[in-house]
Amino acid sequence: MSARLRRLWGMIRKESLQILRDPSSISIAFVMPVVLLLLFGYGVSLDAKRIPLGIVIEQPDTASQSLAGAFDRSEFFRPQRFDAIQTAQVALAERRIDGILWLRNDFSSRLFSGLDAPIGIFVNGVDSNRANITQGYIQGTWLAWLQHFAAAQGRSLDLPVAMEQRVWFNPALNSRLFLVPGLIAIIMTMIGSLLTAMVVAREWERGTMEALMVTPLHMGEMLTGKLIPYFVLGMGGMLLSVAMALFLFGVPLLSPFWLLMACSALFMLVSLAIGLLISIVTRNQFLAGQVALVVSFLPSFLLSGFLFDIHSMPEWVQTITYVVPARYFVAILQTLFLAGPVWPVVLVNAGAMLFMLVVLTALVVKKSYKRLD
Amino acid sequence: MSFFHIRSLARKEFLALMRDKRSRIVIIVPPIIQLFIFGFAATYDLNDVPVAVYNEDSGGASRELLARIEGSPHFSVLHRIGSDAGIAPLIDDRKVLLVVRFSKRFSADMARGDPASLQIVIDGRNSNTAMIALNYLRSVVLDFNRDWQQRHGQTGPPATLEMRAWYNENLQSRWFIVPGIVGSLMLVVTLLVTALSVAREREQGTFDQLLVTPLRPLELLVGKAIPGMVIGLLEATLIIVLMVWFFEVPLRGSLPALYLGILLFLAATVGVGLMISSIAVTQQQAILGAFLFVVPAIILSGFTTPIANMPEVVQWLTQLNPLRYFLVIVRGVTLEGDGFALLFHQFWPMVIIAAATLTMAGWLFRHRMY
Repeated sequence: MSARLRRLWGMIRKESLQILRDPSSISIAFVMPVVLLLLFGYGVSLDAKRIPLGIVIEQPDTASQSLAGAFDRSEFFRPQRFDAIQTAQVALAERRIDGILWLRNDFSSRLFSGLDAPIGIFVNGVDSNRANITQGYIQGTWLAWLQHFAAAQGRSLDLPVAMEQRVWFNPALNSRLFLVPGLIAIIMTMIGSLLTAMVVAREWERGTMEALMVTPLHMGEMLTGKLIPYFVLGMGGMLLSVAMALFLFGVPLLSPFWLLMACSALFMLVSLAIGLLISIVTRNQFLAGQVALVVSFLPSFLLSGFLFDIHSMPEWVQTITYVVPARYFVAILQTLFLAGPVWPVVLVNAGAMLFMLVVLTALVVKKSYKRLD
Repeated sequence: MSFFHIRSLARKEFLALMRDKRSRIVIIVPPIIQLFIFGFAATYDLNDVPVAVYNEDSGGASRELLARIEGSPHFSVLHRIGSDAGIAPLIDDRKVLLVVRFSKRFSADMARGDPASLQIVIDGRNSNTAMIALNYLRSVVLDFNRDWQQRHGQTGPPATLEMRAWYNENLQSRWFIVPGIVGSLMLVVTLLVTALSVAREREQGTFDQLLVTPLRPLELLVGKAIPGMVIGLLEATLIIVLMVWFFEVPLRGSLPALYLGILLFLAATVGVGLMISSIAVTQQQAILGAFLFVVPAIILSGFTTPIANMPEVVQWLTQLNPLRYFLVIVRGVTLEGDGFALLFHQFWPMVIIAAATLTMAGWLFRHRMY
């Protein structure tokens, strides 16, 4: 074994022992992804079901009952009857219900006399996304009821244009199938940068950096020696998360497994390099921890395209998203899991991550030198 | 309890936080930058969704409907394709989100009064984006149908929906998300300030010295809590001003109720931070603890995805999360115009969380020694 390899091996061994003896790194790598993915995989959902809906029928008769019945039978609503619109509105203001369906006392007479019979709908618009989804479901239930109503009278409902939609990759529009891969990207960004954010800062603070400096170890060897054990640890966590996505949450994987792992390894290296850079620049655990928290979690949560469509952001914000590594990984994961190996998407995003890795490595090398200030 | 003791401890804590220029910057600058970036970035509303059109029809009806789609700010037609084979590459590579296809008979069907079919193929990789885009498209089609029926003397559907949204009349996503960002940033900053305060002194050995001073545990607790409360209060004021003036989120309710909410939220967060800090043996453990609290607290608070969609068990768990209550208060005061009465059930759980965590932290000061 050459001297260089022996030095590197020594560093890897020292760092691995340190990991094994302090349970906190192992728990970051293995326990955190499992707990977080379990919690978020079940907790984060955009599929509204059993929306509490107040129904006010001022004059009960067959027509109004059949419309209300359509809402009773829908899996999307959990209707509650109110005697008057005023009490329903109080319930809406007190957040006990999310919407109101209001049939005024002339509803049936207008319906049968061919006048336009208005159905009053109020929704709580504070959560605009949920309100939009609720309105969509109300429209769907209303259209189905109109068809049913027309058929009962021996007519057919004529709409000039009828939309026929086909949703590719996720026909049931199940939000979990895209949220779980996105959550993996976010959890792994945090774990990657947390794992390494402290490791160099810790040596500076404890004074062991000076001890390392008097050894023949080169800076590059020290950094590589630190990185390799954490990379192994991080990939272990990644494998666990992917296994959970496939077997627990039932996300289909339509691409070869090696491709997923290759992209994950690239992403893990980028995250670890970010942590390392933070650690080298701050030289202080307090600051390193704060910076890691600030740069990893919220940006990857909000700017990665995981929840919010990047294309709809203002231009200057879109430009900022290019430095968020999770952006590329989210795109790759959603495509690899749900759509298959679409090479243009994979190559462009993997190329961007590779470029980031090169830049980060260059910065790490530039910022780390064997000298006491 | 001596005011003098508390004042000197609080002063020392402020100095420890603010003396280092870099840590001063970390506390003040990122929250403001993040408010700006996230405030613009985080919206569920879609603009200029890239669309491809495959039009086999040459009649006027399809052109009229297409003009309406192109005229909508939500869509921008980027590609025109001439065959079914052109659809897959555009959608697979994410060049377009959806393809609109008019069949050969579209205009002829409409002229005859038969239902004409408009086919949509949409990328479901992000199912929420897909659902929103379909909703936009559906309302364009419904408007088109209504106008067409009026113009051609056909009767419309016998019953129509009159939809109205309360509090956020135009259903702007930003009005919902920006108050959430305010709460999340306050949580992160306050926790960063407090979570390391005890752990750092423990690691450096100065906490033992504090314990042998005449300071009583309660004074210690108050002195350690003050910096987090003060910094949190100042930042909250700053970002609320920005939220109202810059992002134009309305402030319809009672400002005193909002500030009571802020104080209780800060007390609960400081309590959690000090508790984490006094359990941790090293700074690394304290940072980890802060992380392990902040991340679930933000994701499971109703900030971006509704609590109502969560499974029963997780919903139950969110009752321990102070941010959950605070978000209802911020949104209640800004959008819904709430006062004290409607927010009562958000205030008292935070009082309990604050009391429990602060008591625990004070107890741990003396009972966890190394």
